[in-house]
Amino acid sequence: MRRTGPIYRLRLASCLLLGVLAAGAVHAASSMQAVVQDPFLELRTGPGRGFPVTQVVDRGAEVNLLRRRTDWIKVRGTNGVEGWVHRSQLERTLTPAGAQLALPGPSPESRTGHRWELGVATGDLEGASVVRAQGAYLLTPSLLVRADVAQLLGNSSDGWLGTLGIAHVFMPQWRVSPFVGIGGGGLHVEPEATLVQPEDRSDTVAYAGLGLRGYLTDRFMLQAEYREFVVFTSRDDNEEIDEWTVSFVYFF
Amino acid sequence: MDRELRVLLLSGLAVVAVATPQRAHAQEAPAAETATPQVVEPRVQRREVNPPGLDTENFEAGAFVGTLSIEDFGASVVYGGRLAYHFTEDVFAEATLGTADAGKTSYEDLSGSAELLSDDDRQFTYYDLSVGWNALPGEVFLGGRRAMPSAVYFTLGAGSTRFGGDDHFTVALGAGLRVLANDWIAVHLDARNLAFESDLLGKDKLTHNLQFTFGLTAFF
Repeated sequence: MRRTGPIYRLRLASCLLLGVLAAGAVHAASSMQAVVQDPFLELRTGPGRGFPVTQVVDRGAEVNLLRRRTDWIKVRGTNGVEGWVHRSQLERTLTPAGAQLALPGPSPESRTGHRWELGVATGDLEGASVVRAQGAYLLTPSLLVRADVAQLLGNSSDGWLGTLGIAHVFMPQWRVSPFVGIGGGGLHVEPEATLVQPEDRSDTVAYAGLGLRGYLTDRFMLQAEYREFVVFTSRDDNEEIDEWTVSFVYFF
Repeated sequence: MDRELRVLLLSGLAVVAVATPQRAHAQEAPAAETATPQVVEPRVQRREVNPPGLDTENFEAGAFVGTLSIEDFGASVVYGGRLAYHFTEDVFAEATLGTADAGKTSYEDLSGSAELLSDDDRQFTYYDLSVGWNALPGEVFLGGRRAMPSAVYFTLGAGSTRFGGDDHFTVALGAGLRVLANDWIAVHLDARNLAFESDLLGKDKLTHNLQFTFGLTAFF
C-alpha cells in the first residue's frame, strides 16, 4: 500500500509537531548570577528593542541570567520580576565574586579578528543557476581556507559542484577589499533524460578566482566573486567554464 | 533561461545592501576609561569562579503543515521542516524543506485521457536557503492579561524544486508572523511564493506557487 493519502500526511505532520514539543520539554534553562553595576537595568517583555520596558532592577541588586538570544539576555530579579536585557547593559555587571562578566559579542575588532565565515550564495555557472552553501576558516585575517557545495540548475542539465580552496584577502581592515582564490573539487552533471545522451558525468575541477568583499555590519559581509574553472574531462580536451556569484556571509 | 528570476533575486539583494545601516565609523570612538589609581594593592587571593555558560538559544527548528497551490495542478497539503539561525534580533537565515503531492490539471480531469505525470513525478519537493528580516517586532494580546512577543518577518532566498522529473532553480519570497508562546516555543503563520521556470506543459513559463502554512518551532 502506498502511504501518501492526505490523512497519512496529516498524521505524519502532527507527529512532527509533537516531536518539536517533546524536544523542548527536556530543555531546561541554565542559571548564572550577577550583581547590577549600572544605575538600573531595563527589563523588556521580549528579546528586541521593539518590545516595551515594563520593569527595572536597581544597582546593587542580584539577578539570575536565564538564557540568551542573539544580543538579549533574559534575567530574573530577586523579587521575581523577569525580562530581557541588552548585552551592553550587562557588560558592567559583576559576578558575585566581583569579577567582570564575560558576554562575548560583536565589535569593530571582530572584522579582522573573526575565525569563521558561513554564507549562502547564488549566481550563474555557464548558463546554469547556482544555489550554494559555503564556509571558511581564517588561518590569519587575510588567509582563508574555504569549502562550498552548490546545486546547479540549468535548462539542459542539472548538477552538483563541491570545492575546497584557499583565498587571500588583500586588505581585511578595509571596508571593501579585493581577494583572490584557488582550489579544486568535483563536478557532477546529469543531463536531462529527454536529451540524446542521458549519461551522467563526474569530473575533477580546479579553479582560480577573484572578487570583492565588503562589510555590511560587524557581523555580515557581501561578497561578489568570479571563478574560472577547468574541468578535467575524460575526453581529449579540457573544458573551461565561468562562474559569477553573489554571497551573503555571516562571520563570527 | 531564468533571467526574470535572477533579476528579481539580485534586486532584492541590492535593496538589502543599500538598506543595511552603515555603522562602520559610528562605533570606532573608544570610551575613555577613567580608572582611579589604586594606592594599596590588596593581598587577597581572589577565588576563581567558573560560571556555567549561559544557555544561548539562537537556533530555531520545527515543522509546518499547510496548503500549497501548484500552478496548473491544483492545491495540495504541504508539510515540511525549517531550521533557522538568528544572527541578530533583526536578521536570520533559514533553510526550508517541504513536500506535497500535486493533483491533476483541469485537462486531465476533463478529458479523461492519459495522465501527464507519473506518481513519482507528481511529488513536489523543494528546499530553499533564505535570509530573513524581522521587520515588525511587537506583541500579540490575548484577552486583557496575556501579551506574547511576536514579529512580522520577510524572507528572500533561492533554492531548488523537484517536480515533473526535473529540478528547477527557485526563488522563494515569503512573509510571516512568529508568535512566542513561551520563551522557547514559537507559532508561525507563513505565506511563501515559490517561483520557478517550468516547461512541463510544453512551453517555458514562470510559475508562481503560493504556500500558506502553520508551523511550530522550538528555540535551542
